[in-house]
Amino acid sequence: MQLALFLIFGALAVAGALNLLLQRHPINSALSLVVVMMSLAVLYWSLGAEFLAAAQVIVYSGAIMVLFVFVIMLLNAGEEEHTNGSRAAYTVGMPGAAAIFCLLSFVFLSERGKLGATEIGGYLNRGLDNISEVSATLFTRQLLPFEVTSVLILVAILGAVAIARKEQ
Amino acid sequence: MSHLTNFEVFLLLSVLKVAVVLVITLMSVAYTVLLERKVIGYMQNRWGPTRTGPFGLLQPLADGAKLFLKEDLMPLAVERPLYILAPVIALSCALVSIAVVPFGAVTHVSLSGSPGVDMFEVANVNIGLLVILGITSIGVYGIALSGWSSNNKYSLMGSLRSTAQVISYELALGLSLVGVVLRAQSLNLRTIVEVQSTHGMLSWNFFGGFQSVAFFIYLMAAYAETNRSPFDLPEAESELVAGYHTEYSSMKFAMFFMAEYANMITVSCVATLLFFGGASSPFGHLFPAFGGAVVQGILSIFWFVAKVFAFLFLYIWVRSTLPRFRYDQLMSFGWKFLLPLAVANIIVSSLVLALRG
Repeated sequence: MQLALFLIFGALAVAGALNLLLQRHPINSALSLVVVMMSLAVLYWSLGAEFLAAAQVIVYSGAIMVLFVFVIMLLNAGEEEHTNGSRAAYTVGMPGAAAIFCLLSFVFLSERGKLGATEIGGYLNRGLDNISEVSATLFTRQLLPFEVTSVLILVAILGAVAIARKEQ
Repeated sequence: MSHLTNFEVFLLLSVLKVAVVLVITLMSVAYTVLLERKVIGYMQNRWGPTRTGPFGLLQPLADGAKLFLKEDLMPLAVERPLYILAPVIALSCALVSIAVVPFGAVTHVSLSGSPGVDMFEVANVNIGLLVILGITSIGVYGIALSGWSSNNKYSLMGSLRSTAQVISYELALGLSLVGVVLRAQSLNLRTIVEVQSTHGMLSWNFFGGFQSVAFFIYLMAAYAETNRSPFDLPEAESELVAGYHTEYSSMKFAMFFMAEYANMITVSCVATLLFFGGASSPFGHLFPAFGGAVVQGILSIFWFVAKVFAFLFLYIWVRSTLPRFRYDQLMSFGWKFLLPLAVANIIVSSLVLALRG
């Protein structure tokens, strides 16, 4: 059951990501990204991180991507033209991407023991309440990074307001 | 029944629950439409539908048959896949979120020694509240995409308005619920109801929990979320023809229509669960529990339905009473009034809870 969930939604995420790159219209790409994020949310949930899954859906698919779609609709962006790609992309980019993929999978596979593995769906049936765990970690051990991140976002908001504001 | 494994019993009962809940939701959607037409009719001193069946009670069936048999027009300039997908997203999101709503008291039914299955809730999820918020926020795509893919300026204006409105009011809506979650210390809807069911009406979040401010914030934000009057700018007839569903006809239009009413029902259910004690009786344990488990179960359903009905009536009452907001009024009301008030409510609630220990 859990393996089936992983296979289905993992495949869906990869397919969405590929579709995101291949689609010509920005709105189709944005919707593919929504599919990727929803599949990731299901994967998080099957790993037992139900709060993370809900946050992923509410924040990313429900707010950020809606804003993306909103902006695309507002600007009425048309289909983009595809070029064949520069020579640099073919000579450096693709081998580079392959190398990074190999490196990452090597690191993850060799350091598997230290990362701490969890069985897929291992928490699904236990009904663990990980919201309290997440909040306890956020507000005790990780308080400083958490608050600093909040301030960072606040600074970004102020910057946006300052840029958007017209001179009187 | 002995040859069924526990999992099979669970699966069977779950499928049964899903089917029953779906049918009841769709029926109540149909009859909420009739209720709206009748009540607005009486409030405007006219009759509303009377011809089909006694008191017009068969009107929803006639409307359904009419919409089903109408020609499904497909305008030439639409973006075909998204145009078809949009009403599907809107309706399915509206119907899915009802799955985590507990309709009645905890009633376990077991077949031949299997672990009991909760009969009055489709899925008891420990982040039920977040699931509802998440699914509602996905539902925006239905409206956004319908307006864009229709290739019609009125549709586009309607869906732009709606998207902006929903994003703005979602914040106030989410923040207004924090006080309730703080009090219950859980996001599970069953637990939230349980906290409120100790002393009947006195322990409801609206009265005893001192979340009445949060309730009014929630109510106003929810009206905006469901695009209902006085926040029905996305489908303002006088300006935008019909807003985002201008180009839709037949069943596709009906799906948007059903989604709107299903969302109203979900919002009323959530208001009942979070602020008015869900399926618990307003009298608490004042009267001794009479009858068996069946009577008590039916009684809890009765209280739940009565409360939800009151909220639906309020929706209709508001619609026939209040004029529509102007767009800038809508935005400044949401951002400059509701949002700060919701934040203030969180601060005061958490301070009080912290001081009480």
